[in-house]
Amino acid sequence: MRIQVLGPGCDRCHTLSRNTSEAIASLGLDAEVEEIDDVIEIVRRGVMATPALVVDDEVVSAGRVPTADHVRELLVAHM
Amino acid sequence: MSTHAGTRRVARYDVRLALGALVVVAAWFALYRVNGPFWDRLLFDVVGLDPATRVGETVRFFVFDTTKILLLLAGIVFVVTVLRSFVTIERTRALLGGRREGLANVAAAGLGVATPFCSCSAVPVFIGFVAAGVPLGVTLSFLIASPLVNEVALVLLLGMFGWEIALLYVTAGLLIAVVAGFVLGRMRPDRWIEPFVFETPVGTSDVAGPRPTWRERTQMGREEVGKIVRKVLPYLLIGIGVGALIHGWVPESFFVRYAGRGNALAVLVAVLIGVPLYSNAAGVLPLVEALYAKGLAMGTLLAFMMAVVALSLPEIILLRRILRPPLIAAFVGIVAGGIVVVGYLFNAVL
Repeated sequence: MRIQVLGPGCDRCHTLSRNTSEAIASLGLDAEVEEIDDVIEIVRRGVMATPALVVDDEVVSAGRVPTADHVRELLVAHM
Repeated sequence: MSTHAGTRRVARYDVRLALGALVVVAAWFALYRVNGPFWDRLLFDVVGLDPATRVGETVRFFVFDTTKILLLLAGIVFVVTVLRSFVTIERTRALLGGRREGLANVAAAGLGVATPFCSCSAVPVFIGFVAAGVPLGVTLSFLIASPLVNEVALVLLLGMFGWEIALLYVTAGLLIAVVAGFVLGRMRPDRWIEPFVFETPVGTSDVAGPRPTWRERTQMGREEVGKIVRKVLPYLLIGIGVGALIHGWVPESFFVRYAGRGNALAVLVAVLIGVPLYSNAAGVLPLVEALYAKGLAMGTLLAFMMAVVALSLPEIILLRRILRPPLIAAFVGIVAGGIVVVGYLFNAVL
């Protein structure tokens, strides 16, 4: 599973990375959070509202900071 | 997928959520009503402060205002977040794409207020809008209106000065965003935009997944209230603290002499001080309230507040990645100029 957090390095993006790491740990997944802060790369994914969560190249959340529990649900829904 | 349909059905008849909301709304109104009498009793009857003394007056102003503003803040941020959960930046872009400048600037300013948007997304939004064929001036109207017409400021003005001033503020903010975006659009701004903005291939992902349920919308509202309160609390306490000191200790004549109606430069100076100042509405408005009570003109104070919230250094640094210095200068100059004009206008009318 490829998990990426898209955001230009603001507080909200870091919070999302943290929540995602927590969710990954609680699910016992073998995955790491990749942070993408390059604006061009973010726009290329079609994301305008940051931070966004991308799982296997699919944007599953954008423009808000889901809690660790919510990220967990999003990841489970994607598996 | 079947689980989604399930939650949706539950959400439509979510009686517990509706009852919970009702209780919270009732509690909110009760607290708001009881705020003044509660502190009066506690400070003056129980603690024994004298309301006629400076200390008594200052302490009362501080605790009463802090409580009132926190209540207003929590209430409005919640309502606004829930309302905004119906609008997405993608939908806004689709509405504005391919329009001609003019009326589209008006629409962009309005949508700038209604769309959930964090100024840290300014760059991806800018590129995304341009790629979708939103004219540059229209995009700029959106980006100016979003921080300038701010729900926190709106509610605080409503609570402190009544609906006329709040309405005046919203109208003025929208007007500045429309005119500034239109003027910037006429200046052929494309020559001052980093070329990669036009060259970046923009993906089209219809994000955000399924429509959120009411439970999720209220959840978003609660999270946002927590986040905003945590974020603005230090500003708010400092703002109210300084406001309380001014309220209790600074003689009326002091500010009137230096920044009152008689001083023709007052608005200009207020804006020049406000632009580099980085705070937010919750930090500035308690000051505005205290200064108004000391006889400063409303136009001067509104201009000061707008200058503080509309233009912030962090946002300008972000925008610098895509806008060249001449456009940054024009952007700051025109927005600040608009605020000055509005300030003088209000001082003349009010």
